Amino acid sequence: MTNSRRTRSQRLSIIYGILSIVVVLVVMQLWLLTATMNAFLGGNHTVVVPAALASIACLGLNAGLLRYLVVLDR
Amino acid sequence: MNGKDLQAPAFPDGRLERDQPKWRRDFPIDVEADEYGARRDFTKFLVLTSLAFACGQIWIVFLSLFRGRQPAEQRIAAITDLEIGEAVSFHYPTDRDPCLLIRQSDDVFLAYSSQCTHLMCPVRPDLAHNRLHCPCHEGYFDATTGQPTAGPPRRPLPRIHLRIDRGIVYATDVEERAS
Repeated sequence: MTNSRRTRSQRLSIIYGILSIVVVLVVMQLWLLTATMNAFLGGNHTVVVPAALASIACLGLNAGLLRYLVVLDR
Repeated sequence: MNGKDLQAPAFPDGRLERDQPKWRRDFPIDVEADEYGARRDFTKFLVLTSLAFACGQIWIVFLSLFRGRQPAEQRIAAITDLEIGEAVSFHYPTDRDPCLLIRQSDDVFLAYSSQCTHLMCPVRPDLAHNRLHCPCHEGYFDATTGQPTAGPPRRPLPRIHLRIDRGIVYATDVEERAS
């Protein structure tokens, strides 16, 4: 099914699905940032780079979902 | 815009427009369209928040690159400058890092960062009770270990490694500790 054939209620369902995933990813990023800051201030620098990579991966997923949303609106 | 979008606006109670009260017919808000726009904008805002969190993580990576370096050794005081049970403040490794040097006995010298691990308020020595006191939120640290004993702080005070050479106390390193 092409985007133009999707009804608004279908698009609303899609946007709810995307929103749910984005919320989960953002909460995960918030937890990552808090845990990393705590570890960093405690002198543990080993987790800093893996946590940053995980956060960037979450951002990439979110950006991909946003892109899908923009395409959906066209 | 497709055919569905051109239909009459959907009302919250699902009834037709002619069955709606007058105030709603005067202001026929399409609830479904409004909901769609609001959720879409909220998703965009959340992605922006996600970008901010990722920037925060990258900022921590940069901080860790600079903090990983071993600070240079620095003279603090002569042994004779401190009586037993006294404390003196100094700055290490930079001028923006206040610390405390404590003399517990003849040959026991301890040094900690004097910034409370809760909200960075300066801690004050209360050596009569063998503790360090943060007056901002009533936090207490054990003077012998630097561990928090009461109040909001959860992490111990960073410990300053010392070296004593020919009656002079030198700071050699900072040990940040986790709770």
